Amino acid sequence: MEKRVTFRGWLLPLVLIAPQVIISAVFFFYPAAQAIWQSLFIPDPFGLSSQFVGLGNFEFLLSDKFYRASFLTTAIFSTLVTLCSMIPALFLAVIADRLIKGSGAYRTLLIWPYAVAPAVAGVLWLFMFNTRVGVISWYLSQLGYEWNHVLNGTEAMGLVVVASAWGRISYNFLFFFAALQSVPRSVIEAAAIDGAHFWRRFFTIVLPLLSPTAFFLLVVNVVYSFFETFGVIHTITGGGPQQATTILVYKVFSDGFVGQDLGSSSAQSVILLIVVGLLTVIQFKYVEKRVHY
Amino acid sequence: MAAQQHGMVEKRGAGIWLTHALMILGVLVIFFPIWLAFVASTVSQPEIVRPPMPIWPGDQFWENYKAALFSGVNVPVATMLFNSLVMAIGIAVGKIAISLLSAFAIVYFKFPGRTTFFWLIFLTLMLPVEVRIVPTFEVVAGFGMLNSYGGLIFPLIASATATFLFRQFFLTIPDELAEAARVDGARPMRFFIDIVVPMSRTNIAALFVILFIYGWNQYLWPLLITTDPEMNTIVMGIKQMFPSGDDVANWPVIMATSILAMIPPVIVVVSMQKLFVRGLVDSEK
Repeated sequence: MEKRVTFRGWLLPLVLIAPQVIISAVFFFYPAAQAIWQSLFIPDPFGLSSQFVGLGNFEFLLSDKFYRASFLTTAIFSTLVTLCSMIPALFLAVIADRLIKGSGAYRTLLIWPYAVAPAVAGVLWLFMFNTRVGVISWYLSQLGYEWNHVLNGTEAMGLVVVASAWGRISYNFLFFFAALQSVPRSVIEAAAIDGAHFWRRFFTIVLPLLSPTAFFLLVVNVVYSFFETFGVIHTITGGGPQQATTILVYKVFSDGFVGQDLGSSSAQSVILLIVVGLLTVIQFKYVEKRVHY
Repeated sequence: MAAQQHGMVEKRGAGIWLTHALMILGVLVIFFPIWLAFVASTVSQPEIVRPPMPIWPGDQFWENYKAALFSGVNVPVATMLFNSLVMAIGIAVGKIAISLLSAFAIVYFKFPGRTTFFWLIFLTLMLPVEVRIVPTFEVVAGFGMLNSYGGLIFPLIASATATFLFRQFFLTIPDELAEAARVDGARPMRFFIDIVVPMSRTNIAALFVILFIYGWNQYLWPLLITTDPEMNTIVMGIKQMFPSGDDVANWPVIMATSILAMIPPVIVVVSMQKLFVRGLVDSEK
């Protein structure tokens, strides 16, 4: 789409666009290029020189069992976060949609967790499950279950999943609720007249109409669980125990900043870049489709 | 009227109460972590370390919040709140300003390199800061911007979402307006300030809400570049309040800080709910 009416001149627009281009160049393109460049080298232990290794860092990474484990961890983590945030959100949205009065008040309350930073959410959930003072871990121990996410990898994963999904329930709820509100009432009423009860109407009419929203949320939540959950993991588990919760972004951080392995960290950045690229393409393909329909 | 419209498919009597009950249960479950944090911020340390902790607020509210705000653990929480505020507003205002200008240039001018710039900006959509942390850190360190507001803000405004939003919106502004401005001999910047910016104010407000929360809730970036506690933001500073090793954390103060950390974004989201929902839907399109 283009404007038919435009202003003349070339200096002014260049001046107008300059701040964004300069900031993007300095803080985006240069670092991104640097990441790609560094991924081709291995620096010596003293950081004085580096040796060109071509795709060596990538070959090493892809055969590294820790890196592969991190891929698997990320896949499990993002699948669980997506499911645990979308299903309760859909459930709540369906209930809220049935209420004419009061749904606004519920919505106001349900929005809260979205505003809570992932890192703060991490602290809240850590507090509830803390092995020494946690309320939930205490009640679990009364029931005979000894909760210890510091030692148990499965429990650690469960905790970071729930803490990450929690704030996203609000976000998904808003989208599902908006989508439900736009389902034409006449269609639902027609089905009701035909004698279809609530759940039947839900599965045969409402759910198919929600599928574009659901697909969109699927992509957005996967992107979220890949990148924005760093705060949750850093506050709750620090990637442990035994790397059980080290997702890819966390590994870029721990190898690059804690381990000071720049070549490997950069190569990981490049791999992540490809992953984000693919996700973005999927997202745009979908958006395009939605615009046409 | 609404009730009549919905009459056919709406539950009445027991059904409606069941629905409300389910909804309240859902809200309670979702709200529980926040409630518990609030309770913990109003009781004393001994009440917390002897589980189970109380479920209703205690009488230590002022003591804990005073301790957090004015002493904190490494640095007073008031300082961290101020840093977060500067960062969040800096990111929101900075991003909106540069995006308005560049979107105006892209939509209302034909100039050499326009398409190239457009695609260059488009590319920045693809790479969150988490992915390029090491080299970005080196750039910021090279400029001597560690422990500075500039270092906190600039790398996070290098993204194109806002530019795209404004571009989409500008394209819907009727051509007649620009035509009339041109016939009147108005200079482009006059047109921009008198027509384009006022017309975009809803979009600007909606974006401000989204970007404020985005900036406020940043964690990884402030964690890397603020080594001086005086420059910590509140969201990243909470984790720094936990003792290393086996010492027991000062839970009441930490929880008071957590509550303080969520108040500004919650106020923004709840008070500007309509704008926020709109901004969310727009910026994800």
